[in-house]
Amino acid sequence: MRHFVRLTVLIFAAACAPRGQAPQPVAPAQGMTGGGTPALSREQTADQQVAHALNRLAFGPRPGDEARVRAMGVDRWIDEQLHPERIDDARTEEFLRSSYHMIGEPPAELEQRYPPPGQIVAARGRGNAGAARDGLSAVDSARLKESAAALRQLTAEVQSSRVARAVLSDRQLQEVVTDFWLNHFTVYDAKGPRERYLLAEYADRVIRPNALGKFRTLLGAVAKSDAMLFYLDNWESRADSTRPHLMPPAGRGGRGGRGGLNENYGRELLELHTLGVDGGYTQADVIDAARALTGWTFKGAQQGGGFQFVAAWHDAGEKHILGHTLEAGRGLQDGEDLLDIVAQHPSTAKFIAFKLARRFVSDAPPAALVSRAAAVFTSTHGDIREVVRTIVTSPEFFARAAYRSKVKSPFEVVVSTVRALGGQGDATPRTAAAVAQLGQPIFGHQAPNGWPETGDEWMNTGAILNRINFGMLVASGRLPGVSPMGIPGSDSLPRAPVDQQVDGVVRAILGGDASPETRAVLLSGENPLAKRPAADAGAAGTQGARGQGQLPQPRGFPLIVGLALGSPEFQRR
Amino acid sequence: MQRRYFIKSGAIALATMGLSPSFLRRLSFGMELPGAEKGKVLICLFQRGAADALNVVVPFGEQAYYQLRPNIAIPAPSSGAVSAIDLDGFFGLHPSLAPLKPLWDQGILAPIHAVGSPSSTRSHFDAQDYMESGTPDVKGTMDGWLNRYLAASGTCQQCQASPFRAVSMTPQTPRVLEGSAPTVAMDSIDQFAVRTGGDAVARLEALYKTGSADIVEGTGREMFEAVKMLKAANPQQYQPEHGADYPRSQFGQRLRQIGQLIKSNVGLEVAFADVGGWDTHVNQGGAQGQLANRLDDFAKSIAALASDLGDRMDDVVILTMSEFGRMARQNGNGGTDHGHAGAMFVIGGPVKGKKVFGRWPGLRPEQLYQGRDLALTTDFRAVFSEVVSGHLGAARLDVLFPGFRSGARMGLLG
Repeated sequence: MRHFVRLTVLIFAAACAPRGQAPQPVAPAQGMTGGGTPALSREQTADQQVAHALNRLAFGPRPGDEARVRAMGVDRWIDEQLHPERIDDARTEEFLRSSYHMIGEPPAELEQRYPPPGQIVAARGRGNAGAARDGLSAVDSARLKESAAALRQLTAEVQSSRVARAVLSDRQLQEVVTDFWLNHFTVYDAKGPRERYLLAEYADRVIRPNALGKFRTLLGAVAKSDAMLFYLDNWESRADSTRPHLMPPAGRGGRGGRGGLNENYGRELLELHTLGVDGGYTQADVIDAARALTGWTFKGAQQGGGFQFVAAWHDAGEKHILGHTLEAGRGLQDGEDLLDIVAQHPSTAKFIAFKLARRFVSDAPPAALVSRAAAVFTSTHGDIREVVRTIVTSPEFFARAAYRSKVKSPFEVVVSTVRALGGQGDATPRTAAAVAQLGQPIFGHQAPNGWPETGDEWMNTGAILNRINFGMLVASGRLPGVSPMGIPGSDSLPRAPVDQQVDGVVRAILGGDASPETRAVLLSGENPLAKRPAADAGAAGTQGARGQGQLPQPRGFPLIVGLALGSPEFQRR
Repeated sequence: MQRRYFIKSGAIALATMGLSPSFLRRLSFGMELPGAEKGKVLICLFQRGAADALNVVVPFGEQAYYQLRPNIAIPAPSSGAVSAIDLDGFFGLHPSLAPLKPLWDQGILAPIHAVGSPSSTRSHFDAQDYMESGTPDVKGTMDGWLNRYLAASGTCQQCQASPFRAVSMTPQTPRVLEGSAPTVAMDSIDQFAVRTGGDAVARLEALYKTGSADIVEGTGREMFEAVKMLKAANPQQYQPEHGADYPRSQFGQRLRQIGQLIKSNVGLEVAFADVGGWDTHVNQGGAQGQLANRLDDFAKSIAALASDLGDRMDDVVILTMSEFGRMARQNGNGGTDHGHAGAMFVIGGPVKGKKVFGRWPGLRPEQLYQGRDLALTTDFRAVFSEVVSGHLGAARLDVLFPGFRSGARMGLLG
C-alpha cells in the first residue's frame, strides 16, 4: 500500500506540470533574491514569477497588480510585502471602521451588554426558582431575543470583515500569513457561548500583529488569549487534588466548578502547535505541560476579561518536560518556560518550516527547502518573517513544479475571485456565506487540527461543483460588491471581437496563462457538445423552472468571465 | 492521500468506458434493480443539543421518575388522552412519538435506554465531537467513525464506485463523515446540479474534458458524471409512497430526500442528517409543549420515511443518537440541564425490535450518575459496532473504534 501511494504521488506530481509550458528554464526577471540566492536558478518565466508571487504571497492579483509588480520587480515587491508596517493600509482600515460596529469593541463589554442566552436563563433560575417554574418573563424573553440577534450580528461581522480585509488590504502577505496562523492555531465559534465574543480580538489583536514576528511571541499571545484558553479548555484546568498546590485552594474556587487537570491544551500545544505529532514527546510530557499551565485562565467579563494567572489553581510540583526540569514551587514562570522549551525545540523548527513550505510552495514541499527554512527558524530564534523570506525567495518556490500546484482553499477561491474582478469589500454577510457554502465556514472548523492544507483534501465532486456554481453566481452579478464587468477594459471589451474579450478575461482572471483547451472553450460559444439538439437533455444542468435556485444564464462577456472562474486553472494558485 | 482520488476516478473511468458496475449501467438505461442488488443502507440521525431521554422513552414504571419531575413528567399510560404509550409495562413512548408505535408493533423498532458516551463531559461540543469521532475523551481524532468505516471496508462492493455512497443532507460535511473517504454534503438534491443553463453547462464540462490526470480536472470530470448520474436517476421523480406524509419541516424534507436517493438506486450506503432544538433548559413542557413539538416532527419524519421505503426497509437501518441525556431532576425553569446517559432508536427491517434494550440502572438517588443523571449502562460504541458489523459487514471494528472492546452482543439485529 505504501508503494502504491508513493507511485500515485509521482503520477500526481507529474500531472501538476502546467500544460503547454516550454520545458527550458527562462531568464529571471531580477538579479538577486533577498536571501542572496542567484535568481538564475529560477525556472519560471518572468510573467509566471509575477503571477506566482501574486497567487502565493497575496490572495491573487487585483487589476493592475501584475503590471505594478512587474515594474517594480518581483523581488522588491516580495521584500515590501515582508514588511507590512511599511505599507499604508489606511483605506482598508477606513472601510472596516465604517462598515462594522461590533468587532472593534472589547469582548468583555459585548458579553456584558449581550450576555449568552444560556446565562440569561441561568440567572433567571437562580433569582426565583419557584416563580420561574413556568418559564421566563416577557422581559427576559425580550432580552434573550436581543442577545441572540446581537450575537448573530457579531458573528456576521467577524466573518464578513475577515473576507473584506483579505480582499482589500494592501498588506497581502500579512493577511495570507494571518490566514495560515488562524488555521494553525484554529479556534471554533460554536465551542461554547463565550467563544463568539472573542474571535475578532483573536484575529485582530492576537494573530495578525504577530503573524510575521517572532514565533515565541505569537505562541505566547495565543496561549494567553481568551479565545484559545476557552477553545482548548485550559481556562478551567487546575492542579489535581493529589498534587501540591502553590496556594491553598480557597473556598469553592470560583468559576470552572469541577476541578482537576485538563490536558487538552497541553496536548495540542505539543502535537499541533509546536513539535508536531511525530515530534518526539511522550504522554508524560503532555501531562507535565498541562500541569505547567494550570492556573492559566481568564478573568470573567465583569472583570473585563483577559488573561490571568490564578495561583490557587497551579500545580506547584516539579515537572519534567522534554528533558528539562521545572523546579517545584514556582508559578506563572512554569508556563513561560514551557513555551520557551517548545518554541526552541528542533522539531518545532521543522514542523513550522514544513507547514509554511507546504502553504507557500507545494503539498509535498522539497525536503531540502524545509531543512533550510528550519535552519533559519533556529538561527533567527523563530523569526517568522525570515523563515517566510527563505521560502518565498527560494529556487523551489520559483520552480516550474510549484507553479499552479496548489489547489485553492474555498477562502482563497472567493477572495481571489473578488480581487480579480476589482471588487470592493462586501459589508454584508453574503461573501463570507459563499466561503461557507464552498465548505470552509470562517471560525467553523470544529477539530483543533484546522482546515486541510492540501489539494486532495479540498477536491471532491461536491466541492468542485460548488466552485463552478460560485463562478456562475459571480458572473450573474449576484454577489454584492463585485461585478463581472469589474475587470479592466470591460467598458469596451463586450463590444470587441470575441478573441479580444477572451484575452482580456484570461489576463485578468488567469494571469494571462490559459491552456489551449481552456482558451478554446472560452472562445467558442458554439461548443460541439452544445450543438447536438439532445445535448441539453444529457447536460448536467437542472432544467426549466424545476431546478430551484437556478441562475439565469449569463451571456456574452459575463459568461466568458463565469467560464474562466470555473476553469481548472482558476481552482489553482 | 492521493489514493482515494485514484481509486475513485478509476471506478468512474471504468463506468465511462462502458465497463460500469451493473447498477451504474442499469441506471443509465433507467432500469429497475432486482432485489438481490439492492444495497444495505444505514441512515444516521443526530439530535443535536442533547435530547431528554427520560421524556422520550418514559420509565413510567419507576416511582422516582415522578418525584424528580413533578411538573414535566409524562403521565403513565391510560391516565388520560396525553399519556405515555405503553411498550412493555415499564417503558412507554412520549405521546408525540405515536407515529413510531406501528414500527414497534411490527417488531422493527428497538429503543435503547441508558446508552451514551462514557465520557463525563457535559459540554455539547465535546460530547458531539466524541460521538462523531467515535473516541470518547480523545480529542485528537481527526476523522469521524462513519468515514473510517467507508475508508476501511464494506459489503457493498458496488457502492464504492458511486459518488453518492455517503451523502450528508447538511450544508457542510459533519464531523462523523470527515476523513479520507469521499463523501457528498448537500443541502438539497436540487443543489447538486450546475446552476446555470443553456450551453454554459456544456462549455463548463468541456473545460474539464481534457484528458489530464490532474486532480482538479479528474475530480471535475467525475463531478459532471455524478451530476448526470443523479439527473438520470432523477430522485425527485419519486413521490412519497404508501401514504407517507413527510412534515414540511427541514428535517422532514431532508428525510424525504434521503428516501428519494435510496429509491433512485444511486448507490447510497450511508446517509446522515441532523436536527436541532433539543437543548431544553427552559419550559420544555411535558406531554405537550416544546419537547413534544420537537418529538412530533422527529417521529412523523421517521415514520414517513419508513412507510415511504416500504419493502426497501428490509435493507435499511435508521440509527438515532444525541450527545448526552439530561438531568433526571427538572430545573427551576421548567426544563432540564445537561445530563449523562441518553436513549437511541434503531429502526429497520433487520432490527429485532419490540424490545427495549439496555440494562435499566434505576432513578433512585443512589442509582443516579454523580447523584443527578441517568447512569450509563451501554456504551454508544457497542451499538454502533453492532449495527455497522451486523448490517454493513464492517470487519475492522478496531479501526472504527480504537481501544474499544465490545462485550456480549446485544442482539439488536436479527
